[in-house]
Amino acid sequence: MTAVELEQLRAAAAEVPDPEIPVLTIAELGILREVRRGPDGQAEVVLTPTYSGCPATEAIRADVLARTRAVDPQARVVIELAPAWTTDWITETGRHKLAEFGIAPPQPTRGPVGLQLGRRIVACPRCGSEDTEEISRFGSTPCKALRRCRACAEPFDEFKSL
Amino acid sequence: MTTELSAPTADIADYAIRLGDDALILAQRLSEWSANSPEIEEDVALLNIALDLLGQARSLLAYGGGFTERSEDELAYQREERSFTNVQLAELENGNFADTMVRQLLFSAYQLPLYTALQASADQQLAAVAAKAVKEVTYHVEHAATWVVRLGDGTELSHDRCQAALEAVWPYHHELFADDELAGRIAEAGVGPLPSSLRARWQDLVLPVLGEATLTVPVDGWRPSGGRAGLHTQPFGYLLAELQHLHRSHPGAAW
Repeated sequence: MTAVELEQLRAAAAEVPDPEIPVLTIAELGILREVRRGPDGQAEVVLTPTYSGCPATEAIRADVLARTRAVDPQARVVIELAPAWTTDWITETGRHKLAEFGIAPPQPTRGPVGLQLGRRIVACPRCGSEDTEEISRFGSTPCKALRRCRACAEPFDEFKSL
Repeated sequence: MTTELSAPTADIADYAIRLGDDALILAQRLSEWSANSPEIEEDVALLNIALDLLGQARSLLAYGGGFTERSEDELAYQREERSFTNVQLAELENGNFADTMVRQLLFSAYQLPLYTALQASADQQLAAVAAKAVKEVTYHVEHAATWVVRLGDGTELSHDRCQAALEAVWPYHHELFADDELAGRIAEAGVGPLPSSLRARWQDLVLPVLGEATLTVPVDGWRPSGGRAGLHTQPFGYLLAELQHLHRSHPGAAW
């Protein structure tokens, strides 16, 4: 495998959309960690899960293999837990796409996640108002919380900082 | 998951299975709230927490099972009651919503310092699992703490039920911090913290929440234990029956 072929493989894998937030690709989400040659010389696409129990991991693996097959039928997907994924790895493009899709992008993490019993300010992705409240810390997928805007009265998802 | 795993030693395998069993069994209990929660947001929240725990359990059991070449499924579906080494706190019945939330607070406040310490484990796989899980558990502690305060410092009825829940669940927390021979060897090898060393941090997390919830810390008395040695409460058998019956009826079932 040449460097050019690895780059082609990376480009193919990078296009895979996240099954639960399809406006984002796995590259924008930051879970496509690396494309490399394994110990035996075979190409490896390295993914990391967002959450330990993220049920989308297997679907993403299948989607990646479906796209990389044309470049290299022998390429395999490797899941690595370390270093642990953080929402800080979501790209700038990814953050803009999230906001356009109606999901408030995650706030920057500050080192290890601390207990945040206090209130956080999250702007409504529809009207921009900062007068929003949390309805539930856990939303429709493990990575999101559910909030409501008091100004425009719309509920919306917030991508939790992790 | 097909994460590339190196084989653990016998002690590390048993240790990983202990922690994996805690997470698996509490995930199963929390799943019983599906479609039964007091509000739909809470249904989603409890099942999200269950899913996090199940993910942790899969990583830990897949790793621990590697020593004896048993898969995560074999460990979950084919072991008998006496082979499960989870603490009894994890298997306690859901009871009412306050019982569940108090159990969650006491358990998650144990997992948080445990996984925090495990991030520095001499075992790279355990350190990787912990670094992932510690972020998830931080949210679990927050969620449980918020509810315990809301119930404890709520109406007279919710306060009384929350206090009753605390009295019922409290005795089981002692087992979380009980050292034994395996835990001693694991600590000596730099693989994981001594359980007793986590108690101070646990108290720092739990006691302020109970205070804000206007709950009274129960007087220590009965200290049930034995989960780590495979001794479980009577309802545990029913939990396992539900967890395992499909796999036992249809061996090798997969989807």
